[in-house]
Amino acid sequence: MDHGEKRLMDKNQESLFVRLIPFFERYGILLLILIMIAVLHLLQPDVFLSWRNVTNIFKQVSWQSMLALGVFMVIVTAGIDLSVGSIIMLSLMGLAIASKAGMPWYVVMLVAPAIGFLCGMFNGIGITLLRMPHPFIMTLGTLYIFRGIGNLISGGVPITGFAEQIRVIGNGKIKLDVFFGEGAREYIPTSLILMIVIFFIFWVFLNHTRIGKWIYAIGGNPGAARAAGINVDRILIVVYTLCGFLAGIGGLILAGRTNSAYPNAGLQSELDAIAAVIIGGASFFGGRGTVLGVFAGVMIMGILRNGLNLMNVSVFWQQVLIGSIIILAVYIDVLRRQLATRT
Amino acid sequence: MSDNLVLEAKSVSKFFGTITALQNVDLHLNKGEVLGVVGDNGAGKSTLMKVLSGLYKPSEGSLFFDKEKVTLNSPRDSQNLGLEMVYQDLALAGNLPIGDNIFLGREPTRKVGPFNFLDHKKRKQLTEEHLAKLKINVKSADQKVEELSGGQRQAVAIARATAFNAKIVLMDEPTAALAVKEVGKVLDLILNLKKLGVSVIVISHRMDDIFTVCDRVMALFQGTNFAESELKNTSRDEVIGWIMGKKD
Repeated sequence: MDHGEKRLMDKNQESLFVRLIPFFERYGILLLILIMIAVLHLLQPDVFLSWRNVTNIFKQVSWQSMLALGVFMVIVTAGIDLSVGSIIMLSLMGLAIASKAGMPWYVVMLVAPAIGFLCGMFNGIGITLLRMPHPFIMTLGTLYIFRGIGNLISGGVPITGFAEQIRVIGNGKIKLDVFFGEGAREYIPTSLILMIVIFFIFWVFLNHTRIGKWIYAIGGNPGAARAAGINVDRILIVVYTLCGFLAGIGGLILAGRTNSAYPNAGLQSELDAIAAVIIGGASFFGGRGTVLGVFAGVMIMGILRNGLNLMNVSVFWQQVLIGSIIILAVYIDVLRRQLATRT
Repeated sequence: MSDNLVLEAKSVSKFFGTITALQNVDLHLNKGEVLGVVGDNGAGKSTLMKVLSGLYKPSEGSLFFDKEKVTLNSPRDSQNLGLEMVYQDLALAGNLPIGDNIFLGREPTRKVGPFNFLDHKKRKQLTEEHLAKLKINVKSADQKVEELSGGQRQAVAIARATAFNAKIVLMDEPTAALAVKEVGKVLDLILNLKKLGVSVIVISHRMDDIFTVCDRVMALFQGTNFAESELKNTSRDEVIGWIMGKKD
């Protein structure tokens, strides 16, 4: 019971506390999701956590999450992509036209990601090679252009009815008869598996490859990246291209889910994507944010919308609430930063 | 002395249109030597550094690395010859940890199948070894640069410049933005580099810096060589006079 022992104990306690801070920084948002789930479960005990409702949430967020993931990478470079909602619509229309033209399903399936890829590359080239003063302007322009082209090629009318192989991606069910017995109604949506796989791939890309590291470096200080010999323009083109490609995948998922391509597809979904990224803790000024945070941001938006729908809250109130949550989430972040720098 | 020559510039001139930034400037640097370059704003110090690092091509004159005549087309070329520049604005990404900054653009990787993944372990280990070699004290190699003080950031910038066995390091005002108590640490670091056999050129306005770390000091005035001396043969007042263009 000498002093040395006591000091050692204090030190251990302190280091435990210090170790907990980054834990909360990293996983606090998951805690928030758990709280939301608990509250909604208490309010809607029979419905909210039912298999049907949970899979519904995942099916809804799966295509939105593709947009959010792409926009997240762009925001990490301190950029913005306003055109993803239009890219999803254009790639959906391209897919529908290819399908109506009688192309085989495996070609049709490639059309949407390919169109997204090209649209994103167009954005990236415009921002870098044409020296647009800010990505906001370039992608604001393409927001109109891509949706306009989508309406031109489709004549502005919905196109419905796709091959079963296309529908499986957005609407497929992996039956769980093995666990729940023959003919059980429980299943896992294919789109959930696809979402998890893609998020994992991009997590590896951003955290364990050189290009991923450079994307963060560009967001932190583009001058430092240039001084380190990194070709900043080329990396930016890669980022915007990947963002478009992900929007194209989103279009593919949406095609399967709705079985139709319609002129209003993805309308304003670029704003939902930005909201999810910001709620997920990414900095709008670049260089900060995690893939897990994006996933959490998407889930918070999805659970909130679903919960409010279940409780018959009007769409107008939903808008007010989501807007408030964006502001609140960022304000909590501001407070946290103040606390962190005060010592 | 000429046996140890690592860098030499012979009658270098640099013109920007009708403006003459440098006129027939000579400079030499020996192994393990710290050379101070002084001069008023517009005297041509920064232009000379940019010529030496390959950012500018000299209009006239030639450069010699290890007594071999070279033509530099970009800073990449001078880096390959073992010359690194520490920029005044530091060129660090504050959102990234120390180790990531030191190895930015030259990250150690390991192959997994056809893919190259970052080798986080190796980077951390190399960072800790390098910081220890330079006697730079930080809490952890994983600390973000934005959490560091100005002096620590300067130290990271210098660590970055020397991580790949640089033989020559150019520093433009390394202490200009620092708190008084941190200046000493950066100066110690420069002396440490000297001990490790690295040659250093320091541009500084501060006589304290010059007279603490330099072996020799040269003054530029209006783009020309004005005066030069071993440090032991001169005084602060004399060097300040040189900066203002006064010579006895």
